[in-house]
Amino acid sequence: MNARTRSTLAGRGLLVLFMIATLVPFVTIFSTALQPQGSIPTGVSWPDDPQWHNFVDAFRVANLGPLLGSSLLIVLGVVPVALLFAALAGYGLAQLKVPFAGALFLVFVAGLTIPFESLITPLYYQMQELGLLGSRWAIILPLIALFMPFGVFWMRAHFQTVPVELSEAAALDGAGPWGAFRRIHLPLAVPALSSLAILLFLWTWNQFILAIVMVDDPLKRTMAGALGAFQGRYGTDIVLLSAGALLIMAPTIVVFLVFQRQFSQALLQGAVKG
Amino acid sequence: MSSSVVAAPVPSLVDGAGAATRRRRPVGRRRWGQLIWVAPALAVYAFFVLRPLITSVQYSLYEWNGIGVATFVGGANYVEVLTDPEQLGIIANAVVLVLFFTVIPVALGLLAAALMHGLPSGSFTTVSRSVLFIPQVIPLVAAGIVWDWVYSTNGIANQLLSAVGLGGITRPWLADFDTALPAVGLIGSWVQLGLCTLLLLTGIAKIDPSLYEAARLDGASRLQVFRHVTLPGLRREIGVCVTVTMIAALASFDIVYITTQGGPGNQTMVPGVEIYRLAFSEREVGQASAMAVVLMVLVLVAILPVQRLTQRSDQ
Repeated sequence: MNARTRSTLAGRGLLVLFMIATLVPFVTIFSTALQPQGSIPTGVSWPDDPQWHNFVDAFRVANLGPLLGSSLLIVLGVVPVALLFAALAGYGLAQLKVPFAGALFLVFVAGLTIPFESLITPLYYQMQELGLLGSRWAIILPLIALFMPFGVFWMRAHFQTVPVELSEAAALDGAGPWGAFRRIHLPLAVPALSSLAILLFLWTWNQFILAIVMVDDPLKRTMAGALGAFQGRYGTDIVLLSAGALLIMAPTIVVFLVFQRQFSQALLQGAVKG
Repeated sequence: MSSSVVAAPVPSLVDGAGAATRRRRPVGRRRWGQLIWVAPALAVYAFFVLRPLITSVQYSLYEWNGIGVATFVGGANYVEVLTDPEQLGIIANAVVLVLFFTVIPVALGLLAAALMHGLPSGSFTTVSRSVLFIPQVIPLVAAGIVWDWVYSTNGIANQLLSAVGLGGITRPWLADFDTALPAVGLIGSWVQLGLCTLLLLTGIAKIDPSLYEAARLDGASRLQVFRHVTLPGLRREIGVCVTVTMIAALASFDIVYITTQGGPGNQTMVPGVEIYRLAFSEREVGQASAMAVVLMVLVLVAILPVQRLTQRSDQ
C-alpha cells in the first residue's frame, strides 16, 4: 500500500465521519418523533412501538395542509417573476449593448453582501405605508427584489457562455433582440433557469425573518416561518415538535434529492464562475 | 445571502465585471432603449432593496418609536452601538461565530480535499455529495429545532458524553453561560461543513495533476505540496467558501432566534437578532437601524479583503 492509497483511504474515512456527523441529528429527531406523545425521550432510542401516527397528528396540529397551500402561493408569486426579471436583465447585460452595463451589474452584485436583517426595519414601514402588512405580498415583493442580485448574476453568467454569433445569425434572419431572446436564447437557457428555479424555491420556502416580521398570522407565512410559531406553541412537546420539524423539512429534502444532479453540479460550478 | 444558506455564490466584487465581457463584443450599438431589458429587475431591486437601504441610514440618525414624531439625534445611535459594552459584545459574538461558521468548515474541508486529491468520482462521491448537502437545503429554522434537541438535557450530546464516561460535564449546552455561544457556533459548522468540503473537493479535481507529479519529482514534502500546489490552486474556491460562510456568520438570525433568542443573558445575542429585538420589541427604530448599518459595514469590511486576495485575476 503506497502513500497515495493511504492518503485516499484517510480522506474517505474523514468523509465518512463528516457524513455521520451530518446524519446523527436527523437520526435522533426521527427516533424522537416516533416516541409516545407526552413521554420524555432521550437522545437516540428506538421505541418499542413506533408511533407513526405522530406525523398525522403533527400535520393536523400544525395546520400543515393550509400551510402547504400558503407556501406554494408565495413560491408561485416569487419564483416565476424572479426568473423572468433575472433572465431579461441577464440577457441584456451579457448580450446587448446596455448603457453602463458594467456599473449596473456591480450595483446588482453589491446586493449579495447586504444582510436581510439590515433591510427588515425599513421594509416593514414601507409595507405598512403600502397597506400590505399581514398579506403575502409583503413577503413576495421584497423576496423578488432580494433575489435579483443572485438571479441577475446567475443568468448573466449563463448568457455570457452563449456565442454572440447566435444573436447575429438571428439578426440576419430579421429577428430583433426580442425575437432572438424568445426563440433562441430562452430555450437554450432552460438548464440555467431550472437550477435557478430550484434555488429560489428553496430560499423562498426556507425564508424566516421576512415571514415572522411581515405576517402575524402563521397560516399566511412560509413553511419556515410557520415552524417558528409551531415551536412557540408546542415547544414543550418534543415528540410532536420533532414530527412537525421533519414534515416541514421533508419537501426541501425531496426536491433536493430529485433534482440533485442539476442542483449540486450547477451550484458547485456556478459558485466559482464569477 | 444573509441567513438563507444554500451557497449564494458570491462573484468577484473587485474585478468580476471585466473577466467575461472581454471575450466578446455584444451585438448592436449601445442604445438607451436597451435599458428596457434591465428595467424590471432594476425597478423591484431599487424599490425594495436600495430604497430601504437608504431609509435605514436615514432612520439611524433619528430617535423614533415607529409611531410618534422622530427626533434628529445625529450620530448618537452610532456612538451607542460602538461604545456601549453590551452592544459591542453583540458584535463580538458575531465575530466569534466566524470561527465556527468559517474557520472550522474550511479547515476540515481543506483537509479532506487534500487527502483525496485527484480521486476519480465514483459512487462514493455521489453518495457523500447527497448527504453532505442536506444541511444546506433544509430550513435553518428546522436545523435550529433539531440541534435544540441534540443539546438538551436528555439529548444525544449528553447521552454520548455519558456513554464514554464523561457524564461529569453533561449539561444543557445552550442554556449554560459558558457553552451557549460555542454550541450555537457548532450548529453553523454543521451547516457549512458539507458545502465547503464539496466545493473544495470539486476545486481540487480541477488542479492539473502534472503539478502534483512535478512536486513529487522535486521531492517536495506533503506540507510543501499543500502549501505550493493545493492552496494556490484552490484560491478561488476558498474565497467563495470564506465569503459565503462569513456572511452567514455575521448575519446569522434563524439559528439564534430559534435556539436561544440571544440568551442566556446576552451570551449568544448577535446583530441580526438584536436588530429584530430593538425594532420590533423595544420600538427603538433608530437604534436598530444604526445596528443594521454597522452590520452592513462589518460584512463589507470582512469580505472585501477576502475577495481582493482570492479573486486576483489569474487567467
